[in-house]
Amino acid sequence: MADPIIISASPHVHSARTSKKMMYDVLYALIPAFLVSIYVFGISALILTSVAVISCILFEYLIQKYLLKTEITITDGSALITGILLAFNLPSGLPIWMIIVGSLIAIGVAKLSFGGLGYNIFNPALVGRVFLLVSFPIQMTSWPTGIENNTTIVDVVTGATPLGIIKEGLMYGETMTELSTKIPSTMELLLGITGGSIGEMSALALLLGGIFLIVRKVITWHIPVTMLVTMAVMTGIFWLVNPEQYADPLFHLLAGGAILGAFFMATDLVTSPMTKKGMVIFAIGIGIITVVIRLFGAYPEGVSFAILIMNAFVPLINTYFKPRRFGNNIKSKIV
Amino acid sequence: MLKTFPKGGVHPEENKFTSSKAIKRMSAPKVVYVPIAQHIGIPSEIVVDRKDKVEIGQVVAKSGGFVSSNIHSPVAGTVTKLDMMVDTSGYKKQCIVIRTDQKNEANFEEPNFPLKKEITMNQKDILQHIKDSGIVGLGGATFPSHVKLDLKNDNHVDCLIINGVECEPYLTADHRLMLEKADEIIVGIQILMHALHIHEAVIGIENNKKDAVAVLKKAAKDDSRIKVAALKVKYPQGSEKQLIKAILKREVPKGGLPMDVGVIVHNVGTIFAIYQAVQYDQPLIERVVTVTGKKIENASNFWVKIGTPIKDLVEEVGGLPEGTRKIVNGGPMMGKAIKNTDVPVTKGTSGILVIDEEEASRQEAKNCIRCGQCVFVCPMGLEPHLLMNLSEKGLYERAASEDVMTCIECGSCSYVCPSHRPLLDYIRFGKSIVKKLNTAKN
Repeated sequence: MADPIIISASPHVHSARTSKKMMYDVLYALIPAFLVSIYVFGISALILTSVAVISCILFEYLIQKYLLKTEITITDGSALITGILLAFNLPSGLPIWMIIVGSLIAIGVAKLSFGGLGYNIFNPALVGRVFLLVSFPIQMTSWPTGIENNTTIVDVVTGATPLGIIKEGLMYGETMTELSTKIPSTMELLLGITGGSIGEMSALALLLGGIFLIVRKVITWHIPVTMLVTMAVMTGIFWLVNPEQYADPLFHLLAGGAILGAFFMATDLVTSPMTKKGMVIFAIGIGIITVVIRLFGAYPEGVSFAILIMNAFVPLINTYFKPRRFGNNIKSKIV
Repeated sequence: MLKTFPKGGVHPEENKFTSSKAIKRMSAPKVVYVPIAQHIGIPSEIVVDRKDKVEIGQVVAKSGGFVSSNIHSPVAGTVTKLDMMVDTSGYKKQCIVIRTDQKNEANFEEPNFPLKKEITMNQKDILQHIKDSGIVGLGGATFPSHVKLDLKNDNHVDCLIINGVECEPYLTADHRLMLEKADEIIVGIQILMHALHIHEAVIGIENNKKDAVAVLKKAAKDDSRIKVAALKVKYPQGSEKQLIKAILKREVPKGGLPMDVGVIVHNVGTIFAIYQAVQYDQPLIERVVTVTGKKIENASNFWVKIGTPIKDLVEEVGGLPEGTRKIVNGGPMMGKAIKNTDVPVTKGTSGILVIDEEEASRQEAKNCIRCGQCVFVCPMGLEPHLLMNLSEKGLYERAASEDVMTCIECGSCSYVCPSHRPLLDYIRFGKSIVKKLNTAKN
């Protein structure tokens, strides 16, 4: 008798989809934006991303091996993606030790202390970023700008992000017409010739990756589209009321982390709702909070905070926005 | 746009290798093993004894109650044993062992039933014949057909749906039957329409069987009451509730039956059995079985006598190939893995699927990454990840309030889970406990 016959319950076949494949699809989707960041920031973007990735994987390995003494899961691709996404949300030229601290917070605190992949409530990369932002506000808001710096990593010229320029300008009483010469054009925003975190440069490259993820069915359109539409509608209303005080919706969508957040951060499978109805509610929440922070808050940008705040509501959303049960509230014809 | 059910579903690799293989007749085996529990409901009661001589089609076990069915001898021969034997369910069940009389020619003749269109029987007799002939749902559920047809207040049933979907990958038994017995199937439908005063019938067929759609449309062209609906290929469209939704857009209420929305659903195989029972007084003693697998060279469809050991079928296609690790009674999505090939073909055996090393073992289950795929594909609008969690933690009352009992066990959730979690295993377990709790309460 050769190998024994296996008895198991149905189904006896499985789709080719695996968690690992989904992780690698996310990885491929990030390539265009990564290439843009290297083009804009040169070697410093490469260093930043490498440090974040290596330290995320290393921390996961060390903590699982020596602290938790559990199975090592560094090959599932999730730590790799956390590293890249963390790097994408940081300014180029950030001191290396800060990147390492951010990685430790992302992996150690936001992911593993909750139980590892699948159990974390908050997006690990965003927790890492926000921790750095509130701890080291000066370094975290020094944005090296422009392509002219791509050959050097020492003498970077720093400047504000487009959202920062607007926030500051409006605070000192300037009007949008006066500010419009200081901010990048729509085309520049699309291509990524602007200041900001390394991954949020080119809206076009990010859209490309986002569409790839939707086509590969790793994410659905619900979160990104709802979030961006909500932002456009809300900023649109303010802009229509007073175009001198508020930037137009297109600027709000293309500047800052809106596209990166909508396609790559808010859609994180683990920390977003599991039903389509829930996803819509979740994304509306993110859109509203982002706009409120951008227009009225102390920070020029609010995508990270908005996503983390809505992450906290995900269990609640999952409880109250369930799929419609088949046959619910249907009356029988038999009397 | 082809019709289909709106919520959930998956599209596994079809692998219908035997679509073009005409149904071959298996010769009667030397010995048949006839289990007395081949249907859902109460097992039948044995009415023969050791050493009894039996004829083809003679009742060997009679219906044990309302939801039960007669069982007939598939061969002429001698009862040699009344034995306990492992059947396709994996449990030991009582079984009638009959040795085929090699000299009796009736055992080896091909039954000759020319097309008989005229329906002469009255309604009462039709229903009685269906009951007496031991006909059960041949799609795999094996629910006694006469129970479905027992309409206490029949005036609200206005549509008969014929299930020719065959959404299970690999299986082609219904497909071949539709191609080869289209006229008989149409007469079978007319018989039921006549018996139940139904004036509309729709045959639902998935569009990967375009030839069957064409053949049945042609066969039904003289009867404007019978329509053929080509459906988009999507699993589990063969499930009654999904099929009714796809064809009529009617939704069976939670915990209800097709009758609640004025529909009766029968599988094409069942319809053919009804045709034979009513027109030729032929009880259900044989059925079409697809014997297939990726490594099976001579995979084909067969007319098989109930009680034939699966071993004989496997021999017919060239034996088990090297590296066989799993044998499934039925299709890959809902079929049952069996321990060996000694078990017999029963009324519910629509196919024998042989799976090799590559696909037989499950992959290791990983953490749930909360991707929501199981929720998206569930055709019943359930949350499989949640139901698994609740069953695993023993929170059965909550599982019940999350509608665990409405799960149709189609397996789409386990099929699609990227972390290979055994969702359906736990849901089945939860269902079994909830069922026990409910019985205890009443």
